Parts: sequence; structure tokens; C-alpha cells
Amino acid sequence: MKSTAHGFKENARNALQDTQLRDALSVVGTNFIVKRRLAADALPEFETLRDEATAIKNRTLNELDLHLERFERKVVEHGGVVHWCIDAAAARETVLSICRSVNAKTVTKGKSMLGEEIGINPFLEANNIRPIETDLGEYIIQLADEPPSHIIAPAVHKTKSQIADLFEKHHKRPRSMDGEALVAEARAMLRQSYFDADVGITGANFLVAETGSSVIVTNEGNGDLTQTLPKIHIVLASIEKLVPTFEDMATILRVLARSATGQQMSVYTTVSTGARRAEDPDGPEQYHVVLIDQGRSAMLGTELQDLLRCIRCGACMNHCPIYHAVGGHAYGWVYPGPIGAALDPALLGVAEAHHLPNASTFCGRCEEVCPMRIPLPKIMRHWRERAFEDDIQPVMQRTAIRWWAFLARRPFLYRANTRLAMWLLHALGKTRGRFKSLPFAGGWTAGRDLPAPQGGTFHAQWAAKGGRTK
Amino acid sequence: MTTVALFVTCLVDLYRPGVGFASVKLLEEAGCEVVVPEAQTCCGQPAYNSGDRRDAMAIARQVITAFADFDYVVAPSGSCAGMIKHHYPALFAGDPQWRIKADDLARRTHELTSFLVDVLQVEPAPARFDGTVTYHDSCSSLRELGIQAQPRALLGKVEGLALRELKTPEACCGFGGTFCVKYPEISTEIASRKAADVAATGAGTLLAGDMGCLLNIAGRLQREGHAVKVRHIAEVLAGMADGPAIGEPQS
Repeated sequence: MKSTAHGFKENARNALQDTQLRDALSVVGTNFIVKRRLAADALPEFETLRDEATAIKNRTLNELDLHLERFERKVVEHGGVVHWCIDAAAARETVLSICRSVNAKTVTKGKSMLGEEIGINPFLEANNIRPIETDLGEYIIQLADEPPSHIIAPAVHKTKSQIADLFEKHHKRPRSMDGEALVAEARAMLRQSYFDADVGITGANFLVAETGSSVIVTNEGNGDLTQTLPKIHIVLASIEKLVPTFEDMATILRVLARSATGQQMSVYTTVSTGARRAEDPDGPEQYHVVLIDQGRSAMLGTELQDLLRCIRCGACMNHCPIYHAVGGHAYGWVYPGPIGAALDPALLGVAEAHHLPNASTFCGRCEEVCPMRIPLPKIMRHWRERAFEDDIQPVMQRTAIRWWAFLARRPFLYRANTRLAMWLLHALGKTRGRFKSLPFAGGWTAGRDLPAPQGGTFHAQWAAKGGRTK
Repeated sequence: MTTVALFVTCLVDLYRPGVGFASVKLLEEAGCEVVVPEAQTCCGQPAYNSGDRRDAMAIARQVITAFADFDYVVAPSGSCAGMIKHHYPALFAGDPQWRIKADDLARRTHELTSFLVDVLQVEPAPARFDGTVTYHDSCSSLRELGIQAQPRALLGKVEGLALRELKTPEACCGFGGTFCVKYPEISTEIASRKAADVAATGAGTLLAGDMGCLLNIAGRLQREGHAVKVRHIAEVLAGMADGPAIGEPQS
């Protein structure tokens, strides 16, 4: 996917003016938050489970090479193949060559953020293979020719009315505004695709080393049809999806759905281990795991390693005031919200994505709800430091901060300057009490009045009163 | 007698000195001797959150040195107290000599309401405020310092005061330090949501413990034409809420 992260400011401005987007997003700031809260409160050991889940991933990442090799051995034992891909290009070529091996014309797809990351759909289309998204949200945005705006609710930016319009245009059926009817319509349109597809591609929520299994969690059952009906099942997974054992997966599953949608479990948790055996009633003839690095191994052992614990639940964006205001598309790349603000600079480069970690109030709610306890604000601050060191931030901002810090380090000079400035502001503003606009304060006064200072500084008044200073 | 060094904070010093004097009054009434070290300006958070680590460390060293010899350090701000308590030690993670000093300062530093309730555990002198108020928890107070019950406990003892809670008290107001001028449109949108929540309570006054949030919310409430008055909680607790509220005409 092509990034527009450098255009975040303009993207955000457009998003703020989009009234339909505002309507659509209103559910994120309410429903998701309430449901997670109820699910967490209903489970006394929820906080302990977060600690355990975090510890499992930390342990796994510290010896990731061993788990990856074990995983491959087990996949092969069960008649599958693991393809090691260093980057997106290698992964795309691998998928294409598997598809070509059976002369595939259509491919059904389960939901995969990694698929978005490596741009698999446009690549397959360019090679005359038609990818069909089978997750309802992904199906909707595929019709709209848009990227997902949320990692678990890809079409959350669409209102029901917009979806009804899309379906009417593409399905050539009478327009309906009934939610169940819309779902039934999509289901009917997708039905035959499952049978026609030559290859099914899914993502993976987990790869289990001890069994060589890939695991997906879904709410619609589309993933099961995608991976069992075609001749070939391709799993797209990045290397940090590994967990050592089934037990480990079960622990993390207990925080995943609760953090994401507030469900105890997703409706379907589907485990795939190898290709169809002789005695199996169904299943794919070939099972391929396309195991993708794409920048992950470079994060190991650095301050970014914590990001590799992410299980893509979306809780951080569900609780983010910036995401609530501008939605996911404004971030300009695959991963929006706080996880995107922390991860995208690592995958795109800080020059391209520097706005994302800067556009945060550091309110800390993302870290508070992250089931894997990823220190998201700390990582965003890391990127701000990198942007500052690399002179990427706008010159005005850098200069203002450095000039202010110069004064802050010289209390005497600081007081002389600030006293004068505050005296002036007070004199100009005291009658009205506030400013509607002020030169050099346009950033503030565009949307807010600027209160006038009370007059005098505390330190000057304290000194005048003879207050103790040491 | 317990000696408390007041970390005035830059916004209180420059924008609302009355909050500093209200803090002094509360601390003195609680039996403390208050000192205001001269070599303080700001906690360095603007530099720290802008990625200017070197300046942030220099300012932190200045604060650590200025506040080295006092029993306690108190700030009428969760944001600045959080910076000193949590981020100073993190800044000096790789410098054992300064890390010890930063840890020592962190242990002695408290946000004002938390200090009164948790550390001193004294009944504040009775204050009176006739009216309905609502309270905004600053993100740093709430999530960095776990302060939620303390300001409410103190407000509960103010005669004549009725507290009406916001619908989403855990939501950020959109200030975010330099964020509010770097991304003004987003900041304004978030502030509008907070202003709507404040207005919906029907309270006549909004209180909070952080000047950044207060200036932001006051500015947005006033731009939208709401008559809600905005004050720092210390003004009400100290019985010093007679003068003009934030952004009100002063003459």
C-alpha cells in the first residue's frame, strides 16, 4: 500500500470536515470502549492475564529463531511448506508462483493486515488473478476501492447508508437499509466465490511452534470457507506471530477478543495444521505458510522490540482521541491509531511517517488498555527524538523549542523575558479577559479563545512578599 | 515542621499566579513551611515531548539540583509532577549518578491534591463555594499518577459545593502540550467534545488540577459561547475563588 502518512495534516483536515465519517466513527468512541470495559471487569484475572500474555511474547521474542525453526519442522511433518520471505516483494512473488502453479484465476481472501502491508491484492490483480475479500468489512471496502481504516473493523468509516449505496451499485439489486438484509446480500454474492476459487489466502493471528499450526479468529466463518474449500491454502504471517505452545496461544486468546470487541472469544477460532490427510473429509491439498520478515527482525533487541508483541486487537485506536477525531485513513498507511503511530515509522521510515508519533496528546489511554502492555507513548517519543535528531521536524517548531529551552535553562533571563511578555499580554487582554486572535498564536486562537494572564508572575509576587526561597 | 518546596510550574507562574498562592495557603494551613526555590522555570516536558532529549536532561538536572534539600516537592499539576516522578528517572536511566538523584526527587515529589490527601492526611481548613461544579481529570494525574479519588475527597468537604461528574471523565481534553498548536484542528475537535461534555453536566464551574487542560477547555468553552466558569481546584479548596475565573474580564 502506498503511504500518504507524510500528508497526515491534510488528511486529518479533510477527515474533520467529513460529516459522514464523523457519524460512522461515533461508534468507536462509545461501543468498543464500553464493551471492552464490561469484558475486562467480568474477568477477575484479566490484569494477571495481560501480564502472562506479555511475558509469553517476551519469552518467545527472545528466542524467536528457535521457535521459527521448530515451527517449520512441524509444518513440514504435516505435509506443508514454509516459505521464508525477507520482504514484501519476496512474499508477493512467492504467493504469485504458488497461484500460477495451479493456474489460479480467482483467490478468496480472509482478512489479513499483513496482506495490506505487502499490497497483495493490487499485485495479484496486475497479474490477472482476481482476489475476492470474504470478510464483510473487507468486502465492503474492496467494492469501494479503499484501504481498511481500522485493523479489526476495516469498514468502520462507512455509514450504513454508504454501504447500501455501494451494494446497490455493485450488486444491481434494490437498495436496502436493513442491516441483516445487507449481510445476507453480501453472503449470497460471495457464496459461489468460495467454490470457484483456486486458492484461499488467510492471515494468521498465531503460529504455534509445537504443532506447526496457523490459527485465525473470525466472527463470520468466512475464514474457514476460505481455507478449506480451495485446493491450496496460503497463510500470510509475519515472524512475530509465533507462540511456543497451544497453551500459550490459549492464554493470549483470553485477552485478544476481550480487548478487541469485548467478546469472551471470537465466534470462530480455527486451527490449520498441514494439508488434507487421506482420512480428512475436506481441506486443501496444499498448505503453504508464507513467513514474512519485512523489517521485524531488525526490531529485535532494540527499543522497538515491544512492538512485536502486538496482537492487532485494535484496543489502542478504540481508545485514542486522535483516532476518534480523524479516523484511520488520515494516518495514511496500513496501521492507524497509536500502534500505527509507533509502528509505521519503523516500517516506512521516520521521514515519511514523522507526523504520526507527533500527533498524539500522550494521554496514555492506549498503553492503559493494550493487552500486551506495549509502551506506545514511549515508542512515539522515541520517534520524536529521532525526528528531532534528524532535523525532520518543521524548522519553526524546532527553533521555538530550542529557544524556549535556552531560556528555561537560565532562570534570570527567563524571568526577565517572561515577565515582560506576561505584562504585555495582561495589559492587552485584561479588559476582555481573553483574546479572539493574537499574532503568533494562530494555532491556538483558530479554534479557542486565549485566556489573558492574571497579571504579574508568581515568582515576582513571591519575592515582593519576601517569601522564603531557600 | 515539614518543609515543602513548591514547584510552581511555568503555566501557574506566568498565567495564573493565584493558583500558586492558593497552593501555598493550603500547604501552610496543613502545617507545612513553604519554600519556593528561585532556580526553577519549567519541568522540561515541552522539550522532552518534542524529542529534544538533551535540553530536557539539562532542565531536569537544574530542577533536581534546585529541589535537592527539601522534605517534599509539591506541584499544583499532575503533568509536571508526573514528569518529575516518572520521566526524570527514565531520562537518566543510563547515568547512575544522576539516576540516584532523580529517583530521590521522584520519591519526594507529589501532585498537590494527592499530597494533601495521601501524604499529609490532614483535614483541610473549611472552605465554602456555593455552586455546582464538574471535575476534569488530567490524563497525567489520572493515568500516570493514579489520582482520581483525592480531588473528589477534598471537594466533598467544601461547604455548598455540589459535584456533577462528566459522562466521560477519562477522556483527554486535547491539550497535549505542544500538540495543541502543532495540530490545532484535531486539538480543537477533541476540546469541543470535552466542552460538550462539560456543558451537558449543567455545572456552573469546571475545575481541574492542571493549567494546560484548564486553558484549553476554557478557551474552547468561551469560543463556543458557554457561560461555564473555569478554575484550578486549588482556588476553590483554598477559598480563593472570588476573583475573575480563567478568561474572564479582569477590570
